[in-house]
Amino acid sequence: MTATQTLIELEDVTFGYTASSVLTDISLDVESGEYVGIIGPNGSGKSTLMQLMLGLHTPDSGTVRLFGQSPRAFVERERVGYVAQDVTENTKEMPITVFEVVLMGRFPHAGFGRLTEADRDHAREALRTVGIEHLADRRITKLSGGQRQRAYIARALAGEADLLVLDEPTVGVDAESVEAFFDLLDGLNDDGMTVLLVEHDIGAVLEHADRVVCLNRQLYFDGPPERFVETDALDKAYGTNIRRGEEVTLA
Amino acid sequence: MTGIVGLPYAGVEWLLERWSDLLGAVGEELGIKMLQYGFMHRAFLVGMLIAVMAPLIGTFLVHRQLALIGDALAHTAFAGVAVGLFVNSVLGTGVSPYLTAVVVGMLAALAIELISEVTDAYNDVSMAIVLSTGFALGSVLISINAGGLAVGVNQYLFGNLSTVTSQSAILLVGLFVVISLVVGITYKQLLYVTFDETAARVAGINVRWYNRIMVMLTALVVVGAMQIMGVILVAAMLVVPVAGATQLARSFREALLASVVLAELAVLMGITLSYQYNATAGGTIVLVAVGIYVVAVLLGKLQSRRATVEDPAEQAAD
Repeated sequence: MTATQTLIELEDVTFGYTASSVLTDISLDVESGEYVGIIGPNGSGKSTLMQLMLGLHTPDSGTVRLFGQSPRAFVERERVGYVAQDVTENTKEMPITVFEVVLMGRFPHAGFGRLTEADRDHAREALRTVGIEHLADRRITKLSGGQRQRAYIARALAGEADLLVLDEPTVGVDAESVEAFFDLLDGLNDDGMTVLLVEHDIGAVLEHADRVVCLNRQLYFDGPPERFVETDALDKAYGTNIRRGEEVTLA
Repeated sequence: MTGIVGLPYAGVEWLLERWSDLLGAVGEELGIKMLQYGFMHRAFLVGMLIAVMAPLIGTFLVHRQLALIGDALAHTAFAGVAVGLFVNSVLGTGVSPYLTAVVVGMLAALAIELISEVTDAYNDVSMAIVLSTGFALGSVLISINAGGLAVGVNQYLFGNLSTVTSQSAILLVGLFVVISLVVGITYKQLLYVTFDETAARVAGINVRWYNRIMVMLTALVVVGAMQIMGVILVAAMLVVPVAGATQLARSFREALLASVVLAELAVLMGITLSYQYNATAGGTIVLVAVGIYVVAVLLGKLQSRRATVEDPAEQAAD
């Protein structure tokens, strides 16, 4: 492994869709090679946090840096692989093959130019890595939830991403596939991929991630899973029943 | 036509004459009367170009669930035609109504896009509003300006094969080149945005700009196709062949290709039938296209049934 690099830096980030803030004063860094699991109750702003990191939103205050640059100005887009929330629901009834989806990972490399045989090799290689090369010519809509997840990961791999960002990737995926899916992520992380996972399944995060970020509008915990279970961060973040627009009250 | 556009214009004009010679010779040789008229040569050419452009754009629209946008733009283009006719009769100018239709259509396209950016969603309601506004504006302008005008409006509403002039055929060739080039160059970006907008944004694609490009191209195709198809039916060419192709194709590329093939079939058969039976071309083309769509659905069902029969064996082999 090469020397670690700070891939994501958040400094005092506050953001709200409306006047009230969804996230308040969040500061955290993600170093290369880490496996970070972000957990929090529904509406806690964990997906929003991820979108801020990727530059899909601009913070109201504070700064976000992606690979040391402002996310808006960030140009090495191929370094980030993104797997969206709930792909089972969101994938449209569109005629498109698994291979065509995976090849999209090469689009930022190609720009307006033509895709080359090398690009196709990258895509095939990525399909092999996630173990679904035999499904390359299937329509993506014909795949199961677990297989679809693998296709999206393969898209990130084809793009030679070194940061993999996943937003609740296991929603709508059967239990057996979820197990295999986390094994795949573990393997990728072992090979040096930085993994940033937003996940509702706390158990899975504690088991697989080597760093837990627990939040509910504000940061409650940031550290290794072993320490997380010793603190009361979980109770604090999940314990109080918070409705939108209200201040977080601590017990 | 002078200056920069003069040369390509003359070139296309020359090509158009060769095309006409070719069809005329074929008609003579095979004794097909239909192919011995200049207006039919132009009609076939324009129809075939539309059958490439419309599904090319339509495939992206349909899979973004924007199938209705063609209808909305067609009706605003109608308002554009009315504006052109109105201006001509009031000021005594000779502006082509197609030109004003392009301008108004493009403005409406941008308006739809801006509305959806501001209100945060594409919705049927905003498109329905734009659609009715366009048609209302058109009908009001025409009624104010009644008399001889109402008669001239028919060809824009229902389209007309025999009014396709050499000039408009040449314009359509130009449009064809522009649209093929733009889609050819931005194919990857358009596909990414169509399939997964958020991932496209993460990948650094300026989604808003591609959405705007898409609706502007749609406006151009709609106006281009209007002279044959008519305002009311023009949107069908954007949607019906694409819907049929979706039933048959597995990959996106296949779907694009299949939609063009289906559209070509519809146009060639439709124009021929409309000539034979003296029926309106737009309506005939759409009816043929819908017929082809039904066949495609049946074939698609047959295909997937066969696939499910194969599946268990394949799973056992895994």
